[in-house]
Amino acid sequence: MAFPAPRPQPPQLPQHLHRTIDCQQGAVRAVRFNADGNYLLTCGSDKSLKLWSVSRGTLLKAYCGHGYEVLDADGSYDNSQVCSCSSDKTVILWDVASGQVTRKLRGHAGKINCVRFNEEASVILSGSIDGTVRCWDTRSRRMDVIQILDEARDGISSLKVLEHEVLTGSVDGRVRHYDLRMGQLNADFINSPITCVCFSQDGQCTLSSSLDSTVRLLDKNTGEMLGEYTGHQNKSYKMDCCLSSKDTHVLSCSEDGHVYYWDLVEGSISLKLPVGKGVVQSLSIHPTEPLLLTATGGHVQVWGAEPEDTQEGAMEPSE
Amino acid sequence: MASDSDSDEDFVTYGTPLEPLEEDEPVRKPVPLHEQTVKDEKGRFQRFHGAFTGGFSAGYFNTAGSKEGWTPSTFVSSRQQKAERQNAMPQDFMDEEDLGEHGIAPREITTTADFVSGRSNPIQKKARELSAMRGPIPGDTLLQDLVAPARTSIGVQLLRKMGWRDGQGVGPRVRKRKLRSDKAGSELRAYGCVLPPKRSDESEEDNDDDDDEEFAPENVTFAPKDVTPVDFAVKEGVHGLGYRGLDPGRALAGGGTRGGHFNLFTLDSDRTTSLFGPRAATRRGGVAGQAFGVGAMEEDDDEEVYHKDAMSNYDTILGGEEPGDGLFGWTAPQQYKKKKKNDPKKDAAYLGKILEGFTLASENEEPKTVFPPPVLPRGYRPVHYFRPAVDMSGVSPVVAAALRESRGHMTQPAQEMVRHQLDSTQRRELLGETSLQGPSSVFELLRPEDLEKLSRVRQAAEEKQSRPDLTSETGRAAVVAAAKASALQALSSRFQSRPQGAPESQPQGAPESLALAAWSAPTADTKNTFKPFDKIPHKQARYDQYLTLLRKGHKDALEQSLDVCMTEWERGRERDEFVFTSLLYQPSSSALSSRFTRSRQADNDDTVEVPRDTENDVDDKQAAVKMKMFGKLTRDTLEWHPDKLLCKRFNVPDPYPGSGLVGMPKVRRDRFSVFNFLTVDPTASCTQASSSSSSSSSSSRPPDSGKRSRWDISPSAPPAGQKDPLSALISEARSEASRPATETPTIKTEVLEEQQTASGEKREEEEEEEAEDSRPPMDLFKAIFSSSDERSSSSDESDEGQEEEEEETERAGADGKAGAQTSGPVGFSRIPQATPTAPPPTLPTHLQGTSTARGRDVSEERGVAPPSTASHKDGGQEEEEEEEEEFGPKLPPHTSTGFPWLREESQSGRSKENRKAKKEHKHKKDKKHKKKQKKQKKQKVKEKKRKKKEKRDELPSSSSDSNSDDDDDDEEEGVTTEELLKRLKSIRGKL
Repeated sequence: MAFPAPRPQPPQLPQHLHRTIDCQQGAVRAVRFNADGNYLLTCGSDKSLKLWSVSRGTLLKAYCGHGYEVLDADGSYDNSQVCSCSSDKTVILWDVASGQVTRKLRGHAGKINCVRFNEEASVILSGSIDGTVRCWDTRSRRMDVIQILDEARDGISSLKVLEHEVLTGSVDGRVRHYDLRMGQLNADFINSPITCVCFSQDGQCTLSSSLDSTVRLLDKNTGEMLGEYTGHQNKSYKMDCCLSSKDTHVLSCSEDGHVYYWDLVEGSISLKLPVGKGVVQSLSIHPTEPLLLTATGGHVQVWGAEPEDTQEGAMEPSE
Repeated sequence: MASDSDSDEDFVTYGTPLEPLEEDEPVRKPVPLHEQTVKDEKGRFQRFHGAFTGGFSAGYFNTAGSKEGWTPSTFVSSRQQKAERQNAMPQDFMDEEDLGEHGIAPREITTTADFVSGRSNPIQKKARELSAMRGPIPGDTLLQDLVAPARTSIGVQLLRKMGWRDGQGVGPRVRKRKLRSDKAGSELRAYGCVLPPKRSDESEEDNDDDDDEEFAPENVTFAPKDVTPVDFAVKEGVHGLGYRGLDPGRALAGGGTRGGHFNLFTLDSDRTTSLFGPRAATRRGGVAGQAFGVGAMEEDDDEEVYHKDAMSNYDTILGGEEPGDGLFGWTAPQQYKKKKKNDPKKDAAYLGKILEGFTLASENEEPKTVFPPPVLPRGYRPVHYFRPAVDMSGVSPVVAAALRESRGHMTQPAQEMVRHQLDSTQRRELLGETSLQGPSSVFELLRPEDLEKLSRVRQAAEEKQSRPDLTSETGRAAVVAAAKASALQALSSRFQSRPQGAPESQPQGAPESLALAAWSAPTADTKNTFKPFDKIPHKQARYDQYLTLLRKGHKDALEQSLDVCMTEWERGRERDEFVFTSLLYQPSSSALSSRFTRSRQADNDDTVEVPRDTENDVDDKQAAVKMKMFGKLTRDTLEWHPDKLLCKRFNVPDPYPGSGLVGMPKVRRDRFSVFNFLTVDPTASCTQASSSSSSSSSSSRPPDSGKRSRWDISPSAPPAGQKDPLSALISEARSEASRPATETPTIKTEVLEEQQTASGEKREEEEEEEAEDSRPPMDLFKAIFSSSDERSSSSDESDEGQEEEEEETERAGADGKAGAQTSGPVGFSRIPQATPTAPPPTLPTHLQGTSTARGRDVSEERGVAPPSTASHKDGGQEEEEEEEEEFGPKLPPHTSTGFPWLREESQSGRSKENRKAKKEHKHKKDKKHKKKQKKQKKQKVKEKKRKKKEKRDELPSSSSDSNSDDDDDDEEEGVTTEELLKRLKSIRGKL
């Protein structure tokens, strides 16, 4: 009581490269943290999905079974299952430990851009280029779709699930927010193909990046724009954006090989992190710590807020 | 109970008597069980739960108590005041009903038996004495006798006032003589089931003790004998009911009963009589009884050792016969030995053995008189057969004779007409009336020219009718109807006498000829006709014969095909059948049916399901977005129904419980309504604005289809650096593409195709055909567009298969394109990726493998992502253009360039290798394409080939590299816009 509470530290941005992983699986289409942030998943264009340790950068498991390049993956809350989607129009549910295909879900008419578990991993939602989001049941034995969300008029590029809410971004320039509890669909018109959507950590806002090189922060309930973040380049590719773990910063990939950090409130670029020469394809932020994953080409970088002391993992592992 | 009929009205009645039944009163329906309701005193219904489950419902909604239920009201417990122990009385658990008049503990002032003084009832005393004898202490009742309660019940008092005295029975006084005579008069014997004669108590008493009746004067009436109340001894001990142990005193008494066997199962009352009455017989000494066997010392061996209790010892009738001792209602085993022996006369009169439980009837039954049946008249036949009317005309005399013989007579054809068959004029003649004055017909009122016209019309119609058109549907229907009618008529006419003059074949003539016309037609396909009589082979055979004869055109096909052995009736019937079926299953109908199939679904379903709410007002929204006014303007809030299971999986209650709807609520609208497909093109204005200058084709662009692709908006957002020659070239190409394709049968068709994706649908199809016809040589494509080996596999071996796949996908893409175009709103617009210089499709596609890289090249060339390795400039010229069908934002390229922390040497070295491998693939593919396009011109191809060969010679045979697609983008990088432009122009010059 005698001492005042320590001043809150300024938010630390992951800007120091900890290590680079050469994934050896072609282009890395997506890189994702698992639920607790200890492991990462990389989706390769060589039809494989790989599981790595974040802290050591070692390959733990490779999951092979897709017929085409893997485009997105997600881990279940208990780390027991992983789902992945691919250009081969299938969603595969994997058993993490054995690496076996638990079930292979077919039904989409086109390649599948994004896939997510719900909170209890009882439903897999997958968004495809055919304009539909399909909800697959993992509990029952039936492989049928529970529901098809076909409101989008063009391909689904991004999909997020938060508790009972589903957020989809579509190429038709709309962010759709399905509220299961309310039985409501809110469609926000952005007028530019959406490349990525995500919820804020507090669940009150949605972040959407679109092909007009803008990231917008919208209020979830009203649809009003709270912030607009520009400066990066996103005109042609599907690239990720996200909010930092404490909702202090907005992060987005850029086609110029950087990751941009904006201050959430001010909207100013607070950091321009050079990742590589190529396009930063995917990024993923640690759920709690200031750790960032980026993917360019066939490599994945792990970034931390502070320079790592032990540098042995910095070089790509020799395999 | 059963008593004399004259004493009935003297009985005390309790309750309401039944209404006297009248003779012809309809039998009343008994009240059904569910309507037999029980109500409490307030008229509320009471439910009966069952005797052992609570009886009637009680309390407030079956809770025994108040609305709040039963509460232990007295329970109070605290530290200071402990709960006292409650001594609950039985009355505490009784409600007012129990305490009421008819309850189990009535609370009212009554006389109690304890303090009644008066004369004691001798019978009660007697019974008490009895029980005292049997009790543990003999003479127990002495104490009770000493303390005599002064008590007489009100009933006894009343009875006394009525003249009753103690010791008498209750009831009217009787005289004994009459009964005697009555008994003597019952001489008639009855056989069968006649109720046994009524016996009054008195008569039984008479029978009981014949020795009593020594004095019975004629005019003296006696009071009825008092009944002994049943003396129920308390059961003690563990032995079974009715068992009585050995009486030691008896065993020692020496002289037993005469039978020697003491019946352990006699009634107590019998025993009492044996105890007190004079019949107490002597018994020999010795131990005997059921518990003991028969001793060796027993003398009489014929004794029934194993006493069997027969069913005849028991009453089998309820209330039918009263046991003799007046123990009413007591149905313990009772042996009817007295009755058997007391009426020897009856037994003697009836020689047979009377069954146990039966008695001889006292009255004779009335004998039944049997009347003889009436005498049947001679020649009466009990069964009447309906015979068909056969007329002699068509039958041979032999058959007719046989028929007549078999039936006795033949229907005489009716000489005179039946009344109903006369028409009005005939009836008038019969009645002798004069005809009506005035015009007899409507036609007489018509003008002559009109009449003529009418007659002409009628003539024409008749002509038509005489030759019915079998091919037309209505004609056939008419024929069928006619056949039906005629068949019916023939059937009905067979059962009634036919007018003499009418020839039988006349009604059949028309359908027969029709059938003949139908079947003998040369077009008739008679190969596989329907077999209606498949189950009766010989009939089917006859039918077939009939058909073949018909086909040959025989007039008398029917008569020939019929069986001669059959009776005329059968034949007539079959004739009708054949004609009818042959008309029904005409060959033409089968031929037609084989050609056409029924539609599977109703065509008249002109409605289609359309989402009720749609996201609309895109124009407004666009304006709002431009003004950055996100919020209400850009938001559509729609009702959306999640699936029930989905809600379950998300642990969320169903927001719309009970609604079977899933997804967006839909409404049915007219299928062909324009409004279903009319979506306001959000980019229409921009498109128009931007593209009107560039191309003429945009003006012919149809309204936007349902699902918009992002390509639709592409012209609205041209990149900033658009003013380069590239855009000019594109616009030029576009304008050229809008010209007829025949003029420029080279790349422009390709460009055209691309253009058409954005433009019309039908037009596209047509022009695609054209493009097929006048396809430029493959090399041109190769020169302009990148080869299709961008999706190269990781190994050479799989190359072939991959190519096939590719072809398939291409084809599928084309198909899909066509489908999408025809289906209109659903399809995606195809995304042209044709020229690398094309800015309108600014948003490149999702690419995979090398295509991704190329996409990137595109962007680079546009100056979007300039960094590229210049070393690969030479390679990718031919590959930079391609036709692709991709949607959505493309995946980022897969570059392995530009990692500052990577060693560049190894990278570049590997990439070179890869490039070579890549080229190898490409050339192979090109060959394939050539094969496909054999008919194309060859000259230019040769040039190209030469070039290729040179290139190929440079390449050493390369090994497959799994990383090929990782690095293949390198070779396409660095194609500058100038170079591209040059190339394009040169191609155009060649053409």
